[in-house]
Amino acid sequence: MTQSVVVQVGQCGNQVGCRFWDLALREHAAVNKKGIYDEALSSFFRNVDTRNGDNGPDIYKGKICSLKARALLIDMEEGVVNEILQGPLRDVFDSKQLITDVSGSGNNWAVGHKIYGCQYRENIVEKLRKTAEHCDCLQCFFIIHSMGGGTGSGLGTFVLNLLEEEFPEVYRFVTSVYPSGEDDVITSPYNTVLAMKELNEHADCVLPIENESLFEIVNKIHQMINSGKLGSTVKHNSLVTSSSGSAKTLQEKPFDAMNNIVAKLLLNLTSSARFEGSLNMDLNEISMNLVPFPRLHYLVSSLTPLYTLADVNLPSRRLDQMFSDAFSRDHQLIQADPKHSLYLACALLVRGNVQVSDLRRNIERLKPSLHFISWNQEGWKTGLCSVPPVGHSHSLLALANNTCIKPTFIELKDRFMKLYKKKAHLHHYLQVDGMDQSCFSEAISSLSDLIEEYNELDATKGGPRIDASRLKIAV
Amino acid sequence: MSIVTVQLGQCGNQIGHEVFSALCSDSRGTHGLCSKKENESYQDSCKERFFCEEESAVPVARAVLVDMEPKVISQTLAMAARSGHWKYSSHSHFCQKQGSGNNWANGYSVHGPRHKEAIMDLVQKEAEKCDRLGGFFTIMSMAGGTGSGLGAFVTQCLRDAFPTSFILNHVVWPYGTGEVIVQNYNSVLTLSHLYHSSDALLVHENDVIHRICAQLMNIKQISFRDVNQVIAHQLGSVFQPTHTAGGGSGYSRNPLGDLMEALVPHPEFRMLGLRNIPQMPENSLAYSTFSWPGLIKHLRQMLIANAQMEEGIDWQVRPPHPGSSMPSTNKPLHFNTSIANLVILRGKDVHGVDLGSFQDPSLYTSWLTPQDAFNAWKTPRAFNKYEKSAALVSNSQFLLKPLDSIVGKAWNMFASKAYLHQYTKFGIQEEDFLDCFTTLEQVISSYTNL
Repeated sequence: MTQSVVVQVGQCGNQVGCRFWDLALREHAAVNKKGIYDEALSSFFRNVDTRNGDNGPDIYKGKICSLKARALLIDMEEGVVNEILQGPLRDVFDSKQLITDVSGSGNNWAVGHKIYGCQYRENIVEKLRKTAEHCDCLQCFFIIHSMGGGTGSGLGTFVLNLLEEEFPEVYRFVTSVYPSGEDDVITSPYNTVLAMKELNEHADCVLPIENESLFEIVNKIHQMINSGKLGSTVKHNSLVTSSSGSAKTLQEKPFDAMNNIVAKLLLNLTSSARFEGSLNMDLNEISMNLVPFPRLHYLVSSLTPLYTLADVNLPSRRLDQMFSDAFSRDHQLIQADPKHSLYLACALLVRGNVQVSDLRRNIERLKPSLHFISWNQEGWKTGLCSVPPVGHSHSLLALANNTCIKPTFIELKDRFMKLYKKKAHLHHYLQVDGMDQSCFSEAISSLSDLIEEYNELDATKGGPRIDASRLKIAV
Repeated sequence: MSIVTVQLGQCGNQIGHEVFSALCSDSRGTHGLCSKKENESYQDSCKERFFCEEESAVPVARAVLVDMEPKVISQTLAMAARSGHWKYSSHSHFCQKQGSGNNWANGYSVHGPRHKEAIMDLVQKEAEKCDRLGGFFTIMSMAGGTGSGLGAFVTQCLRDAFPTSFILNHVVWPYGTGEVIVQNYNSVLTLSHLYHSSDALLVHENDVIHRICAQLMNIKQISFRDVNQVIAHQLGSVFQPTHTAGGGSGYSRNPLGDLMEALVPHPEFRMLGLRNIPQMPENSLAYSTFSWPGLIKHLRQMLIANAQMEEGIDWQVRPPHPGSSMPSTNKPLHFNTSIANLVILRGKDVHGVDLGSFQDPSLYTSWLTPQDAFNAWKTPRAFNKYEKSAALVSNSQFLLKPLDSIVGKAWNMFASKAYLHQYTKFGIQEEDFLDCFTTLEQVISSYTNL
């Protein structure tokens, strides 16, 4: 069994991260009734003997003493991290796992990446090494951050670079929250494009998320609950947005519902690596199957179902509906429509009481309405995990490497160019040591190349299928 | 003689467990329909082949379990122990933590050499426990990373370490509509490598078994466990003790050797398909009766028309007329030409069964006579609650179309260079791929021109 370490950077990263740890504890509590520290728990948590203080030794087997998250919390402001440390999760984090400062990054990628990066490099490397030492077999780093600000975006991508240098063999999965068009941070296009270059070059897999999509999902659920449809009662702990049953008992904060969705994405992504199933799908398999060319590693994700109704019977119609929903526009975590674009690859991770025949039936049913690239017509990667998430009897996570992400990047480029052409706010960046005009031109060039790669693939869509001619053998 | 089984990867271990379960439960069953003496002889023979008697009363499977991550092996060991009738040795497994990530190159070039010593050590220990080693039976899938890549490497090591032993590879072919996106690459790499080190490849296709579960076994929600149990039943019908000589002289003492002798006359042709009839849900068995002529007629047509189960057989397909000098391209379409066939009959009244229809020369390629190409093994002891059951192991064009399809899809992907960086980073280069494609195109060509 392998371990993963979560590195949460910036305000957004830490808020989402906090939800993740809370829900992870809830998920393991639901499965692990005997309180024994097992391999599934060890993938994200250490078991520490805290009877004589926080510096106790790790306990590898037996009863759970004190669970500590395998995490590094980084923020250049203290507010968010302090709040976490005063909240119900304070015991889950080791005081040595935090790196904070006071003044923040001023929504400036250059400050986060160049100034704080330089300043905190040693500290970060040391803490990463420490966390890695506690792992028997470290497989993956999960970075959670937003792209539009200064810390998450700048320092977050600096950490990404560091991880590649110091731990080249360990996978780097990045969950990035992209800014929407109406973002209130004016310089978010600069920050995002500068960060994109780092993601292009140093990440193994990126899961882009857009707040707009999360917001729409949250609304949809509210509408469903409040519409009071006759005979439908929703199990509250099943809501993809809910925290019920977790440690958080206070009034939910406004972003909590949205952050819960992202936290559940990460839980589902790692479920097959932690729990047993008839067809396991580990993290290294996700990277292997969904990344046909090194730079095309952006995966559009969708989670279904969003809620479960309280009745226990599961007609297979409902199961099939779950599969259909995974491909609908409304369930994607970014503003994109995979159904009308070209699939390079698709992964379906199913949890719960679903068998291979259900999977096959639905793939056969949905295939005709989806467009797959000519050399990957049957490009499906499937996984079956027996343990369902809390409150559900089954669930599905779909990850698509699909050209529908291109419009997101094109819009980003446009917003960047609007500012850049006028050199608006550029001086804030250029006055930082180590920054010059070339950083910007390289970054936008990297983004343009990426868009071009997607264009080339899109061009093959709808054309006649020409099979490459096979080798001829002399008889 | 004893057979040492090597279970590789998730699929190999899951199927391996079902196979030993099926062998054990059939052996202990009271459905034998034969004399007590015969039954005891059968049980002893089965035990000698697959199990070894240790101090514990429960027979221990002669198996080595290998996987690059721990979850499946722990499950497999636990399930076997829970049965109470057999178990795996607690010292015969090898696992790591990280898995192979569905990457053949990772399984073959990285895990293989790194863990060669430890794995071969376990195999050596199992081999030493056998009074007489009859050969190796490996179980793997070709779609993933461990079973396929590490499996190919281990097969090579077995060949190097035991040059005179028989090696039979059981290979599971994945569903056509993907379980793993790079499955076609992994398959091409596996098959071409196995062709060089293995004696024969015995193939099961997930699509086919799935259809058997749906249409014959009437299972509504088919799980991998159901699929694996059908596979285990089919393998059991081949591997349980049989009489090979004229009958009455005891059970065969060299099962793998006999199999190879019967089915692999030429090294270019090593792909074996397996058919078994009848297949039905257990609760229908009591209400069904079968006649040998009926079963044999169906089995023969299944062979000729390349049908995968006893429903939906195309009865229009006929062998070409003998005597007319027809080049192979003029053979009627859909007709399945064989190199060699082996029919295994188990149950009531076996010895009177007429198998003349399988000795028709028009079924076979021109360079073998039916006397050499066809063999039959008959055993009066019934198998797995079927009063009469017939298995056909065939070295024929059964697998030609599926193989061609896999190579075609892999080639298309290769032409676009998709995913190649994932393999090159572990040491498998484009030239290696080309070699593998060439090997398989050769095999396809050979089978096509029968």
